[in-house]
Amino acid sequence: MQLQLDVNGERHALDLDPRTSLLDALRDHLGLTGSKKGCDHGQCGACTVIVEGRRINSCLTLACMHEGDEITTVEGLGAPDDLSPLQRAFVEHDGYQCGYCTPGQICSATAMLGEIEKGWPSNVTEDLEAQVEASIEEISERMSGNLCRCSCYPGIVDAIRQVAKEEAGA
Amino acid sequence: MRAFDYIRAGDTAQAVREGAGQETRFIAGGTNLLDLMKLEVMAPERIVDITRLDLGGIEETQDGGLRIGALVTNSDLAADARVRRGWPVLSRALLAGASGQLRNKATTGGNLLQRTRCYYFYDRGEPCNKREPGSGCAAMGGTNRILAILGTSEHCIATHPSDMAVAMRALGARVEVEGQDGTREIALDAFYRLPADTPHIETVLAPGELITAVILPAPAGGRQIYRKVRDRSSYAFALVSVAAVVEVENGRIAKAQLAFGGLGPMPWRDAKVEKALVGEAPSPALFDRAADILLAEARGHGGNDFKIPLTRRTLAAVLSQATEAAA
Repeated sequence: MQLQLDVNGERHALDLDPRTSLLDALRDHLGLTGSKKGCDHGQCGACTVIVEGRRINSCLTLACMHEGDEITTVEGLGAPDDLSPLQRAFVEHDGYQCGYCTPGQICSATAMLGEIEKGWPSNVTEDLEAQVEASIEEISERMSGNLCRCSCYPGIVDAIRQVAKEEAGA
Repeated sequence: MRAFDYIRAGDTAQAVREGAGQETRFIAGGTNLLDLMKLEVMAPERIVDITRLDLGGIEETQDGGLRIGALVTNSDLAADARVRRGWPVLSRALLAGASGQLRNKATTGGNLLQRTRCYYFYDRGEPCNKREPGSGCAAMGGTNRILAILGTSEHCIATHPSDMAVAMRALGARVEVEGQDGTREIALDAFYRLPADTPHIETVLAPGELITAVILPAPAGGRQIYRKVRDRSSYAFALVSVAAVVEVENGRIAKAQLAFGGLGPMPWRDAKVEKALVGEAPSPALFDRAADILLAEARGHGGNDFKIPLTRRTLAAVLSQATEAAA
């Protein structure tokens, strides 16, 4: 079927089988291979992208359901010579080893900090109506949809905390 | 994944008309349906995309309750200020489920209709009466650690996986549906079916009937707790969960609304348990009696025998927390 996808500020015309996941459309049809296919079942988070400001698993949605939506992948967040704050912090804090989960971690964390800013509670938030802090516990809980099999979690959490602090101070 | 025709519904009437067709499924969040379609556990010939319908938003009802549109995401529902204040057990249950990414996609209607995570339902190399009626149940003598102890039949011991639905059942929610014959409301208490000899039929919905909203009664007050016991502390399904709305007045339990996840083929609620608690002074002996009633017909299948004592302890912990004097 013919459809248009708006990715990283650019509109693309595509002709896709309706079965095509958003992830496959991004990787195989648009050449945006930053988003990774880990499990392809929504369990690992490597495919996380930001759609209409929300982080989602791009493997568990159909490309044809996202016509007109604003889609952001890791390529849209920063570039090697112009890293986003989270990308820079992941480098500084060794937030990866093999790097396969990293684009998903970065997209997820980018949107997750927005969720904290909006005051969304999490499963570890003590008081559902109080202001939320980007504590280690909160970050770990909120990032549980992104697995890192190299287990770089301490570096990942440090990187995210640093950016949360920078943004709070800005 | 098998090929299918994709239909984007423009309005609810069209969705209901298209949805009544053979081998047709509605899709909204898609997080469970697409997973099952990839594995060809489900292979609809047509899918009707309902995400463009006007079924979002959370409105207050005349009697102080809430009408939650079927397309409201789990994230938005959990974060809604009114839900957090008046129905905190629902926020808690939602936040205990899935991951941030999945909650951003998963919808209120779809969450109610998600399928079991029984390993054998997912494994097409094994018999499963839910996936393929009449083929048998491999879970019965297989790996059944996560499966049901209440409401099962010789044909199926699958559990319903939702956290959200457990809280909604404790709160006395109703489901609003639209079909070709019009709109009707179904109490969540009467929404799911026991497996008996037709485990592939899970709800009372007619073909093509579309969930349009979930309606919560006015805030129940009391202490509201959602306690979920699972194999890891985040992003895992419940082994046992308890949603509780409990009120104590003058040293006696005045209200007890309790629903359980991980135990049965539907979010479980037992009026006899609640009746045994109301009017009594809270005590470990009373909580034990409530567990006796809840578990009177519980049956383990080997790997999930542990759920019987685990349920007893989890219920006691929740009731004791819910009834302890305010600090």
